[in-house]
Amino acid sequence: MTYEELLTETALKDERIIVMTAENRALVRNLPRILGARFVDTGITEQTMVGMAAGLALRGRIPIVHALAPFLTMRAFEFIRTDVGIAGLPVKLSGYIPGFLSDGNGPTHQAIEDIAIMRGIPGMEVYSPADEDDSVKMLPSIWAAPAPAYVRINHKKGTFVHAPYEPGKAEVVAEGKDLTLLVYGFLFDNALQARTLLEKEGLSVGLVNMRSLKPVDQEAIVRAARGSRLLVTIEDHLQTGGLYSIVAEVLLRHRLAVAEVLPLALDEHWFRPGLLGQVLETEGFTPVAIASRIKRHLEFDLNSHIYVQ
Amino acid sequence: MTNEQSAELQSTALRVREHIIRLSAGGGCFIGASLSCVEIMVYLYTHVIRRNADNPHDPKRDYLFLSKGHDVPALYGTFVEMGWLAEERLSNHLSTQDSIYWHPNRQIPGVEFHSGSLGHLPAVAAGVALDCKLRGSKNRVVVITGDGELNEGSVWETLLVANAYGLDNLTLVVDRNMFQANIRTEELVPLEPLADKFKAFGCEVRRIDGHDYEQLEEAFDGGEEKGKVKVIIADTVRGKGLPSIEARADRWFCAFSGDEVAQLLEELHGNKEASIESETLVVR
Repeated sequence: MTYEELLTETALKDERIIVMTAENRALVRNLPRILGARFVDTGITEQTMVGMAAGLALRGRIPIVHALAPFLTMRAFEFIRTDVGIAGLPVKLSGYIPGFLSDGNGPTHQAIEDIAIMRGIPGMEVYSPADEDDSVKMLPSIWAAPAPAYVRINHKKGTFVHAPYEPGKAEVVAEGKDLTLLVYGFLFDNALQARTLLEKEGLSVGLVNMRSLKPVDQEAIVRAARGSRLLVTIEDHLQTGGLYSIVAEVLLRHRLAVAEVLPLALDEHWFRPGLLGQVLETEGFTPVAIASRIKRHLEFDLNSHIYVQ
Repeated sequence: MTNEQSAELQSTALRVREHIIRLSAGGGCFIGASLSCVEIMVYLYTHVIRRNADNPHDPKRDYLFLSKGHDVPALYGTFVEMGWLAEERLSNHLSTQDSIYWHPNRQIPGVEFHSGSLGHLPAVAAGVALDCKLRGSKNRVVVITGDGELNEGSVWETLLVANAYGLDNLTLVVDRNMFQANIRTEELVPLEPLADKFKAFGCEVRRIDGHDYEQLEEAFDGGEEKGKVKVIIADTVRGKGLPSIEARADRWFCAFSGDEVAQLLEELHGNKEASIESETLVVR
């Protein structure tokens, strides 16, 4: 099932749903025909779309709104915070081509701070499914919940068959004694392959698909920190405010501040635009690059005797 | 304008279109919206914008801001023809080793400001125009927007403020190709009567055929009302020059095969019409 099929099915079952877009129909090509007046395209007007969504929600509707992730989360940010956030309205935000998925568009189109700014809004939930299968498993309960939510939409077909989704819970794919990879969204598949490479080297490697970044599954993070020597956060997001920050907050809260965490993220830079494969090469996020960055870190730490066993 | 000058501009535009068509191979580009503004861009850079080739940052230069950044193939194609950008670099399109991608950026000499998020550069241009006024200098500041881009409220806010500050050194050119992404503007959020809207916001408005150099010349040379932002609505055809994709809603972002590009180049030169099978993408 695709994102659009799920959305169609959900909207046909529930009259309260209004599908909106600020003139980005990539995910909702067939919905104008199917939903008629319950499909609203406001043109290139992200702020107005979100404000209208708040108005529709005030009247009992559940607007599911679509735009490119950067314009949705940043152009309309104050409308989301003030009209949706303060009022706590069930507006569901679907951000398209987040993170590396904006490939050759350039920094204007790179949503790599979306997790940070969306999770800063009180009451706003933040999700990032790993692929299409994961999306279809997660979205029904996200859309059914009364809270406002932002979802990094990812309709790439993955190779992995995900476990059923339990609201607010991560998917623990494997546990590992040496290290645990914590990942969300599109990079899940590369982390999965990197895990295989590292296991071949004799390492015991855990893998967690975070799924929900807010609320975050604290238990999954704490268990990984207690069970492995090293945590690795992997994200196509700025290092500030994303998963690395979330993990740091959780570890501090649980007095696990001595745990070692390696962040693989975008450190203070927009990524070099290009075709997706090349972007992953250049930024060091192919499975091979992820595995070798982790190995380099482990070797460096062993040589410099940082580990206290 | 003499016939000779006009013919020269036409042949420059033809070469710019060839560059655009080549950029639609591989990862693709926004071909239709690039082809619609070729004459506007060629005319501006050859006849309007005073630019010091030795010092691109000369503060006395005129400024051209490209706010509809997705038509960057037309901009870079024009830069190649002006001799500011080596043609070979266009083959680095979408390589992370160069900075030739789907939107303009200042790594490419000649680009005044990056764009891609719509409705930003009218305001940036107004800031530049305001400083030119404050310093009493005579620079001309031109900003090209799309027509779909006029959906964004920031464009209209800028016009209110720019007219409040009497920025008559600012010209907004609208590439009125009648489409936004895969929809006709008038079928989605109608803009017409567009000239009346700009007039109501206090602007001096001209409406011309954006593919006609004589009309472009007249519009840019025309006398100006003091204190008013100038708006030129340039009626254009999306995909201009390629009948097989002209004014078609489905020809927005296109990634053509090498064979299709070869066919389109033939079509551009008035030979055989291309038969295109690549699916259009709704994304971006």
